[in-house]
Amino acid sequence: MKPLIIADKVFQSRLFLGTGKFGSSDEMELAVLESETEMVTVALKRVDLETDTDALLSHLKHPHLNLLPNTSGARNAKEAVLAAQLAREALETNWLKLEIHPDPKYLMPDPIETLKATEELAKLGFIVLPYIHADPVLCKRLEDAGTSAVMPLGSPIGSNKGLKTFDFLQIIIEQANVPVIIDAGIGAPSDAALAMEMGADAVLVNTAIAVAGHPVQIAKAFKLAVEAGRMAYESKPAKQIDHAIASSPLTEFLHA
Amino acid sequence: MHSFKNIFNQYSWNEVRQSIESKTVKDVETALVASRRTLEDFKALISPAAQPYIEQMAQLSHTLTQKRFGKTIQLFAPMYLSNECNNICTYCGFSYDHKIKRKTLSAAEILQEINVIKQHGFDHILLVTGEANQSVHIDYFMKAIHLIKPHFSNISFEVQPLEQDEYEQLQKAGVYSILVYQETYHQEKYNDYHPKGRKSNFYYRLETPDRIGRAGMHKIGLGVLLGLEDWRTDTFFCALHVDYLQKKYWQTKYSVSFPRIRPAEGVDASKYHITDKELVQLICAYRLFNQELEISISTREPKTFRDHLIKLGTTTMSAGSKTNPGGYSVDVESLEQFEIDDDRTPEQVAAVIAASGYEPVWKDWDKIF
Repeated sequence: MKPLIIADKVFQSRLFLGTGKFGSSDEMELAVLESETEMVTVALKRVDLETDTDALLSHLKHPHLNLLPNTSGARNAKEAVLAAQLAREALETNWLKLEIHPDPKYLMPDPIETLKATEELAKLGFIVLPYIHADPVLCKRLEDAGTSAVMPLGSPIGSNKGLKTFDFLQIIIEQANVPVIIDAGIGAPSDAALAMEMGADAVLVNTAIAVAGHPVQIAKAFKLAVEAGRMAYESKPAKQIDHAIASSPLTEFLHA
Repeated sequence: MHSFKNIFNQYSWNEVRQSIESKTVKDVETALVASRRTLEDFKALISPAAQPYIEQMAQLSHTLTQKRFGKTIQLFAPMYLSNECNNICTYCGFSYDHKIKRKTLSAAEILQEINVIKQHGFDHILLVTGEANQSVHIDYFMKAIHLIKPHFSNISFEVQPLEQDEYEQLQKAGVYSILVYQETYHQEKYNDYHPKGRKSNFYYRLETPDRIGRAGMHKIGLGVLLGLEDWRTDTFFCALHVDYLQKKYWQTKYSVSFPRIRPAEGVDASKYHITDKELVQLICAYRLFNQELEISISTREPKTFRDHLIKLGTTTMSAGSKTNPGGYSVDVESLEQFEIDDDRTPEQVAAVIAASGYEPVWKDWDKIF
C-alpha cells in the first residue's frame, strides 16, 4: 500500500483516532496502540497545559504517535486562531485540526469562519486540517487558502450513521489536490472500508471506538477495514454492473 | 421584545397536566420508537403510562448519553460566595426571614476557599450567591470573577436574575455558564413560595434565560425545584423552555438540573414528592427528548442513588460540596443553603465513577475561549 503523505509527513497508517469519550485513559491508550494509528487528535480544552502530568497526554507518549491538536470549543475564526497558537506553543507542533462549530447541538462546522481561519493560519505557518461539511466548493476554496488537507464529514459527528454524504464525498475526492480525510459519522468498520474504497486518503474515527463495548478489539477491526479498503482501492477493482451486456445493436452495422 | 413569555402564555397549566395524565401506553410506545421526539412524545415519556417502560427508557438513555458524551462524567465544585439574601423563599435556608448570621466572602476568603477546592483537582467551578443587591451586586461579582478566573478553566454562576448588559460583562470577564432555575412554572404557586423580594416577579425570572441568551453566554442552566408543584407539569414547561431557547439562541449550550426539595427546608414537600423511580423516569425522558442536553446531579441526592445515575443519562456531577459561604475552610459552620446527602470526598466520587467504567473529567474547557 502506498503511504499517506500530508505536508511533509509520511504515514503508513491511514486511520486517525480521536482520544475523547473513552471510559479511561488506559483504555484509550490500548485502543490507540492496537489501531496502529500514527495520528491522534487531542482537544486542547481537555488537556491541562499547566502541568507536565496531564492524564490524557501522558498516555500518548509513544514515538510513533503524532499529536493533532483540535480547536473544539472555538465559535469563530478569532477564537480558533488563538487556540491554535496556544496549542502550537504548548504541544510543539504546527499541525492543527481546525474545528469551528458554533452550533453546540449538531456541532456543524461553520464554513465561513473555517475558511477565514484557514487563510490566516496557513499564513502563520500552520499545517491546517479543517473539519468541514462535505461541500466540494468549500474544499476548493480551502485549497486556494493554503489548507494541507480537508476533513469532510460523513454524517453528523458522533452519530455513527456512516457516509450519508457519499455523493458529495465522491465529488470532493475526484477534484482534490490535497488529501481527503473523512471525519465524523463513521460508525462501523464497514463504513471506514467503504470510505477507503471510494478513494478517501484516510479516515478519522472516535465515537465508534470509544463507546464500543470492547474499544480495543474494534480499534483493530477498524485498522483492518481501513487497510482492506485502501488495498481494494489501489487494486482497481472490477466495476459493479447490475445488468448483462448486450450485443451492440447500435454499432453492429460498422462490422457488416 | 419577543421572549419565552409569549410562548408560555399560550399554555395552560391544567391543560398540560391533563394532557400528560391522559397519555396512553400506545403514546409511550410511539415515543420510544420515534427517531426524533416531539414535546408530545416527551409528555408521554414523563406520564404515568410510561412507568412500566422504565428499563427500556434507561437503556435508550444510556446509549444516547454515551454516544454524545462518551463514557465520561464532568466533575465540578460549587462555591458559595454569599448567603445574604433579601428574598423570602419559603423553602430556602437563605430566606430573608431566617434570622441568622449572614456572610459574604472577602477577596482573601475567596482565595482561601479556591485553594482548598483546587487541591482536590477541580478545574470547573460553580459560584453561587443569594440575592442582596446592596452588598452582593455586579461590582462584587466582577471582583470575584477576576480573582477566580486565573485558577479555573470553566466558571459557572448561579446568580439572581440580572440585566442583559450585566450578563455581557460577566461573559467578557470569563463566565462560561449562567444557571437560573424557575423553581416552579406554576405562576400562582410561584407567588406563594416567593412572597417578598425581587424574586417575587415571576415574569422577570421567566424571561431571564432570554437575557442571558442575548448576552451570548456559552451555556444556560435551567431547572425546577422538584416538590413545589406537580413534577410532570413543571418539567414539561422546563422542556418547553429549553426547546424554545435552543432554537432561538442556537449558539448556546443548555443544561438542566432537577434538585429535589429536602423536607428539612420548612416546606411540606410530601404533597408533590417525586420518588426515585420517577426521578429516573424524568432523567431518561429528558435524554430521549434532547440528546445534547447536559444533566447535572448534585450532592443533595444520596450516594447509592447518585452512583446508579452515572449510567442513566447524567453528564455532570458535583462532589465534596459545601453549600455555605466559606464552607471549605474559611467558616465551615456558616449557614448552609441545604443539607447535602452524599458527603464523600471528590476523590472518593471520582473513584466510584472510574469503577463504573467512566472517566471522571476535571477539565473540558480552556480559559482562552
